[in-house]
Amino acid sequence: MDFLRPRTLDEALAMRAERPDAVPIRGGTDVMVEMNFDRRRPGALLDLAGLAELDTWHRTADTVRLGAGVSYARIMAELADPLPGLAMASRTVGSPQIRNRGTVGGNLGSASPAGDAHPPLLTAGATVEVASTRGTRLVPAADWYLGVKRSALAADELITAVHVPVAAGPQQFAKVGTRNAMVIAVCSLALELAPATGAVRVAIGSAAPTPRRCPDAEAYAGAEFADRRLWTVGSPLPAVLVQRFGELVAAAADPIDDVRSTAAYRRTALAVLARRTLTWAWREFRDGGRRCA
Amino acid sequence: MSTVPARTAQDLTADVAGGIGHSPQRPDGVLKVRGEFAYSSDLWADDMLWGATLRSPHPSARIRGVDTSAALALPGVYAVLTHADIPGPSKHFGLVVSDQPVLAIDEVRYQGEAVAVVAADHPETARRAVAAIRVDYAVREPVTDAAAARADDAPRVHPDGNIVRYARIRRGDPAPTADVVVRGEYAIGMQDQAFLGPESGLAVPAADGGVDLYVATQWLHADQRQIAPCLGLPQDKVRLTLAGVGGAFGAREDLSMQIHACLLALRTGRPVKFVYSREESFFGHVHRHPATLSYETGATRDGKLVYVKGSVVLDGGAYASSTPAVVGNATSLGAGPYEVPNVHMDVWGMYTNNPPCGAMRGFGSVQAAFGYESQLDRLAAALGLDPVELRLRNALHQGSTMPTGQVVDSAAAVREILTAVRDMPVPPTDPGTDPLGLPGGAGNTTHGEGVRRGIGYAVGFKNVGFSEGFDDHSTARVRLGVVGGEPVAVVRTAAVEVGQGHVTVQQQIARTELGVDRVVIPPADTSMGNAGSSSASRQTYLTGGAVRAACRAVRDRVLDRARARTGVRDGLDLAGGNVVDAGGAVLVPLAELLADGEIDETAVYRPRRTAPMDPDTGRQDFAHLQFAFCAHRAVVDVDTELGLVRVVELAAAQDVGKAVNPGALVGQIHGGSVQGMGLALMEEIQVEGGIVRNPSFTDYLIPTILDTPPMPVEVLELADPHAPYGLRGVAEPPTISAAPAVVAAIRAATGRPLTRIPVRPQDITG
Repeated sequence: MDFLRPRTLDEALAMRAERPDAVPIRGGTDVMVEMNFDRRRPGALLDLAGLAELDTWHRTADTVRLGAGVSYARIMAELADPLPGLAMASRTVGSPQIRNRGTVGGNLGSASPAGDAHPPLLTAGATVEVASTRGTRLVPAADWYLGVKRSALAADELITAVHVPVAAGPQQFAKVGTRNAMVIAVCSLALELAPATGAVRVAIGSAAPTPRRCPDAEAYAGAEFADRRLWTVGSPLPAVLVQRFGELVAAAADPIDDVRSTAAYRRTALAVLARRTLTWAWREFRDGGRRCA
Repeated sequence: MSTVPARTAQDLTADVAGGIGHSPQRPDGVLKVRGEFAYSSDLWADDMLWGATLRSPHPSARIRGVDTSAALALPGVYAVLTHADIPGPSKHFGLVVSDQPVLAIDEVRYQGEAVAVVAADHPETARRAVAAIRVDYAVREPVTDAAAARADDAPRVHPDGNIVRYARIRRGDPAPTADVVVRGEYAIGMQDQAFLGPESGLAVPAADGGVDLYVATQWLHADQRQIAPCLGLPQDKVRLTLAGVGGAFGAREDLSMQIHACLLALRTGRPVKFVYSREESFFGHVHRHPATLSYETGATRDGKLVYVKGSVVLDGGAYASSTPAVVGNATSLGAGPYEVPNVHMDVWGMYTNNPPCGAMRGFGSVQAAFGYESQLDRLAAALGLDPVELRLRNALHQGSTMPTGQVVDSAAAVREILTAVRDMPVPPTDPGTDPLGLPGGAGNTTHGEGVRRGIGYAVGFKNVGFSEGFDDHSTARVRLGVVGGEPVAVVRTAAVEVGQGHVTVQQQIARTELGVDRVVIPPADTSMGNAGSSSASRQTYLTGGAVRAACRAVRDRVLDRARARTGVRDGLDLAGGNVVDAGGAVLVPLAELLADGEIDETAVYRPRRTAPMDPDTGRQDFAHLQFAFCAHRAVVDVDTELGLVRVVELAAAQDVGKAVNPGALVGQIHGGSVQGMGLALMEEIQVEGGIVRNPSFTDYLIPTILDTPPMPVEVLELADPHAPYGLRGVAEPPTISAAPAVVAAIRAATGRPLTRIPVRPQDITG
């Protein structure tokens, strides 16, 4: 097996074009596990760890351009203010060691339905920036996930960054696992409120072949919030609304029975998470703060 | 040919002061914390080959043919062996029954059974060679239901039938009746020992035609006894030396790669090293028996137990391993640490095509305790009694008679330990709103919504040492000499340090008995006499007893010399490297006495001999050497909507007779408690149709530090007059009572019956 160590992004893109059998590796928290378990024997590894271009983030007024190589630990420490949902999701990733190595770029590259970063990227309407020797393109997160561990990334492309809109309202993330830390999601949920547009956005993970938004739940909540003039009145959420929202989120799931849980439990749990996160986010909105967790 | 393999530092000579009752630092502690300790997977010889194993993908199949030609043709491959290459006379091994083929012979009986082994000059080459072996399997329907496998017409896993052992107890009234009767059916999933250091070792062919094996095991002599007949060698040509052990918990009591490595080393004339991967490790060792239990418990209206009827089916998987002894424990201990006048126990250990099960911490007692303790809680509810009060009214005590008829002849502090955990301060009721302190933890699943608290109690007990007539003993050799002008004791045994701290205990005993500071513990090997296994909570008792006996023999000779030298006859003692008089004044330094020659003594320690239970009634006045008891109080917060649990506190009380090393002892109680909590909440090898679904630490979950609650421990020291220093085995009891206590607490919080462990979130949400 060859170990390719580009010094610049351009060099990395050239190597990527020449060696379609090379698997990109950054933190190694997915790739190395697969190799250790003998599930993957690529012809080469393309090591992106030395590329400073991937290791920075930059914030404009309404967007953070997050380099694909920025670790979860740094997101938690440096970006909790503009990207609270993603920072909350980062806190649920693995162990401290994994969070020091793992990256959102890696989550997007693996495109596992259980990846913790996906739901908040979907609710935020993030855009994935990919590059190749052919040039650069932007792929909306909603178009990124094609199937179980399949993404829109072409064979000669590398993920360079993800552009995440700065939070315009309360964001929440919750993840169910069967132990209290360092666990792969049984199911997860990200939610955000956008008071300016009146949108309620919600996305779920480990609940379908790909992470996905829940359009019916969003439409229902958006309409109910508008009809009941909740954004201006700011009254507590009616129980019936919260309940129905949970049901619609559960209905958006297409879960399976597997070694980690059952389809039925995942639906039950998603409904609970939807009710709770909506309530938390709404409380935060009413309190006028930006975050409550 | 090679000699001793290169190893990194493993210095067990570090000066750590402290005798019996102190908590000196472990000699291997700093090395382990720094990552410098040499584990068996670190073994190395310059000219070594790498072994790899072809395993069956099927739980049950006939083998119509094995074609190794493509594997042998690969450059770098030195040998490919099947059962046909085993010299014999034996081609089988087994701890109790020699029923497991070293390499599959014409059929496979579980997924992961070894079919062929390979030696190659690189681990990757060895893996490729394994992949190149062609096996023609005729797949059969596996036998996977242990209870159904009892039927006369059930398909047979072995020619003699599917029952490995059936044992029973018939005590008292054959048809007892009671005012209040509760019944329950319970199930326990397959727990794994989940040690961190995978199976590994290095076999080195020797000039005398024998083989030297460096290996992580629990019992060097049991390995040697099973290996030699398969190699066609006498026992003394198969020499084992303990390599660094990365945890055991029972999983290293059976052989894994030992015979394979020796066969390949002898065939190739080169050292051969095996290291299992994490996934392979799940197939490379036995697990805890899954069990189904059916209990009926009767009591008087005022809460005195009248009878216990228990029926337990233990799934032993494809080979016997230690199933017979596990059955013995589940039978004789199956009514719990209570006085019960009428007992019917029926316990089956079964063959199936599931993964083989054998020794794991708690060994038959863990399964039974989930049954009898769940029953006591049901009974308490039916009687309207407090669960602790019900237990106190029936608690076993010294002088009580066990269901076997055995009279408990030392402290049985059930009442004392239960009261101790009950009376500890209860943690504050308000769990707060920080998710990290709530069920779901880091997942941020609740800020307090749906959370209910519950408190549960359980008590469990375990036999210490080997039971039912086994000739349990251990051997120690102690040499007292002078190095650099200072007296130094060298303590040699074949007792295995698995992480429990036995080397520290040996040093402490030698310091106490010989009054010296420096005690060297060379690596354990088979040049010493049998020490028995590091299991059954027995090493401090058995090998500790042998070390003490050898030390005392040395001490007697030292004192004889001192008397001859000084003329002082009475009140001599050893302290601070000197012979002292009754007043503590130095009579003569040890170094001076030993200038006449070092003193070297070997002792074999045999505790009282147990005897087998009557096969019809279970009757036996002395089936077990000693009983050890632990009680837990679990406080849990449960998210009743999501079915997630956070253990808030897990308090334990245990009688240890004598705390030889209080620090290590509390560590054992903590570790055992967490292992029991893991069984209650998450630890399960999921097997479906004989196939393991989660052979990884990604999906076989063990508690992390964020799952681990504060664990206050109260240690009682009620000496057992029959045991060295009055001590009582410590390691297993906490694993037994922790799981039922945690489940009792979840039941208290949720009102759910929860008859199966591990408790899954969907069991709580319904």
